[in-house]
Amino acid sequence: MGSGSALEADEPADKPFVVASTGAQRVITAVDVAAHRLGLRRGIPLAHARAMVPDLTVADADPDSDAEGLHRLALWALRYSPMVAVDPPDGLWIDITGASHLLGGERPLLDDLIRRLAAMGVTARAAIAGTPGAANALARFGHRPVSVIDDGLEVVSALPVAALRLGSEMTVELRRLGFETIGDLEATPRAPLAHRFGTLPGRRLDQVFGRVAEPIMPVVPVETVQARRSLVEPISTAEALQAVIAALVQDLCGQLEQHGLGARTLDLLWHRVDGTMQAIRVGTAKPVRAAPHLTRLLVERIDSVDPGFGIEIAILTATLAEPLSAEEVGRLVAGETDPGTFDEVATIAGLVDVLGNRIGHDRVFRCAPVESDVPERSVTRIPALAPPVPAGWPSKWPRPGRLLTPPEPIETMALMPDHPPMAFTWRGVRRLIKRADGPERIHGEWWRRDREMAAARDYYAVEDHTGERFWLYRSWEGSPDTGPMRWFIHGLFG
Amino acid sequence: MHPEPRPSIALQDLRNRIHQLEIGGRRTVRVLPFGISEVDGRLPGGGLALGAVHEVAEGGDLGVIHAAAATLFAAGILARMTGPVLWCLRASDLYAPALCQVGLDPNRVIYAEAPDEKTLPLLVEEGLRHRGLTAVVGELAKLPMVASRRMQIAAEHSGVTAIILRRWRSPAAASAEIGQPTAAVTRWRVSALPSSPLPAPGIGRRRWRVELVRCRGGVAGEWDIEGCDEEGRLGLPAHLADGSASRQGTLIEGTARAVGLRFGT
Repeated sequence: MGSGSALEADEPADKPFVVASTGAQRVITAVDVAAHRLGLRRGIPLAHARAMVPDLTVADADPDSDAEGLHRLALWALRYSPMVAVDPPDGLWIDITGASHLLGGERPLLDDLIRRLAAMGVTARAAIAGTPGAANALARFGHRPVSVIDDGLEVVSALPVAALRLGSEMTVELRRLGFETIGDLEATPRAPLAHRFGTLPGRRLDQVFGRVAEPIMPVVPVETVQARRSLVEPISTAEALQAVIAALVQDLCGQLEQHGLGARTLDLLWHRVDGTMQAIRVGTAKPVRAAPHLTRLLVERIDSVDPGFGIEIAILTATLAEPLSAEEVGRLVAGETDPGTFDEVATIAGLVDVLGNRIGHDRVFRCAPVESDVPERSVTRIPALAPPVPAGWPSKWPRPGRLLTPPEPIETMALMPDHPPMAFTWRGVRRLIKRADGPERIHGEWWRRDREMAAARDYYAVEDHTGERFWLYRSWEGSPDTGPMRWFIHGLFG
Repeated sequence: MHPEPRPSIALQDLRNRIHQLEIGGRRTVRVLPFGISEVDGRLPGGGLALGAVHEVAEGGDLGVIHAAAATLFAAGILARMTGPVLWCLRASDLYAPALCQVGLDPNRVIYAEAPDEKTLPLLVEEGLRHRGLTAVVGELAKLPMVASRRMQIAAEHSGVTAIILRRWRSPAAASAEIGQPTAAVTRWRVSALPSSPLPAPGIGRRRWRVELVRCRGGVAGEWDIEGCDEEGRLGLPAHLADGSASRQGTLIEGTARAVGLRFGT
């Protein structure tokens, strides 16, 4: 994925701003939006640019600081996956294999990434594809600034040869020979190509299309708690991996204890003998230092590891570690047991973490009351391990076990005002109302939206001739006595 | 199954021994009585077996889709237990205030929302292996024999009770599957009935027809019952009630589950 260089100039945004290399012949290395609009591009000599745009603001390029900034950005991107590599000079690679479900899928992950980068003032283009090479090419040369390529890499064939990372000289040479797109190059016989340009074009093509693996060298955050095992013999069975996990977790928990920390996110990197890597990431709802708990979470995910011809190095990192909660520290002080030794299986936290790692942490939750009379707003989701909430919803009126979202309109036959209807038709079935309770008037919450100022609902619990019980309401827009009204069904009591 | 006369002592002894084998050598079966002698009398042990899988479906075209009455029936059972509960679901139409109104403390319920249908039974099974829980509810459309068998084994080992709420997309899907055999020890069907009459206009206490369709080691039955009150107890309609019906459904062998749940610090 590519990202533009961060700009930290105090210049007004509308004045064109460029960064240019230092030295005898200065060349533009980055441009801002205003400069881009005026036709300035990366690679244009500065003298030429000055001729085009006289009032140009120029800053000296500082490649070392840029590289450092990129590295910092890579460390930040570890929030998305354990495998993040810098792709100099201006890009990042994030291997999201097996990590995207924690954010609800690939597209939400990408949107979140772009949004957070934008909030930091970084404009970025991003792409998700099956190979690092294809993602790199799409992020830089794709039509859309954000794209997800699910299957097939045909779209890559249409990209210019410059997307292959062959260096400017070779790219220019290839274009002179008439190779415009990656597809053109792919269609040409390899041997003459290799004869003239060496093996690089062939290798890049293979990497883009996934025929050979392209190892990426992930950044490792400093000052993190880490355990490492180099194995004498490569391992590949699930049992062996399990044994390594147990040993690593034991090491890690010892270190966590020294720092007084508990792990929130664990990354386990498996280095395979073929030079590629596999990663497992697990998260916990609260800081944890219990070895059995952490072991279990990691072992759960062994299925997702493809050991290939074997694994020779395993590195376990506590990517996110926080001080233990007061409760756990209290347990340590009070007694006998380290949090690592108590019966973790019987704690709810263990279950919440196992479920959370399987389906996503936001899908494991509790429901808590919110002070709102509007039924659909009166419930909120809170973390499963949040402290207990003062119990209950205050209303004495019965509430339905199943709430329809959104409420569905019904056709009614209402004979008297301020009474429930005599009959209603919902989903094509007409029901005669035998009994009813109500109305319970609920007013709009004008402090949320102006439109609710004059809105109100009159709720009725009704029972039809078969005994089915429904929650209906009459919606007022405007004055309760004069405005238009409509009937809805909002729930089923059972 | 038919109501039987008193079996001979030898037969009873044999049954007990088979039962001991079935429950893996544990001495006693813990049960949660409904507090209605007519119902409890049909159930082996005198109540709903804990550490076992129970199936609850709802009758009627609306019931098979929304299962609103069955939901409250299940919630009422949970309300009469103590300790944390895992509620595995997929649709997000469950309305927590209603569970609270039948006595199920929202602090006790952890929800797990499955991203797809096939993950749902796995979540239920995971919960059932976890001794820290009291019960697991799963809102499932399909309950294949193998999956239910796995759940039953997990429940027997951990002592966690499972309630499988059957919910289908359509009445057609329901009728195709409702009769399929499962490893659940009981199968219930709950349907809404007109509420108890009141002297004034209005809706009285909710009433259900509760059918015990299948019960391993017990006898099927069918009752018209008043739905859960604010503590999750069922009741017999006044004109049918005898003295025992007012007994409260409390846990027999009360040491059973003393695990309390405390979230946070």
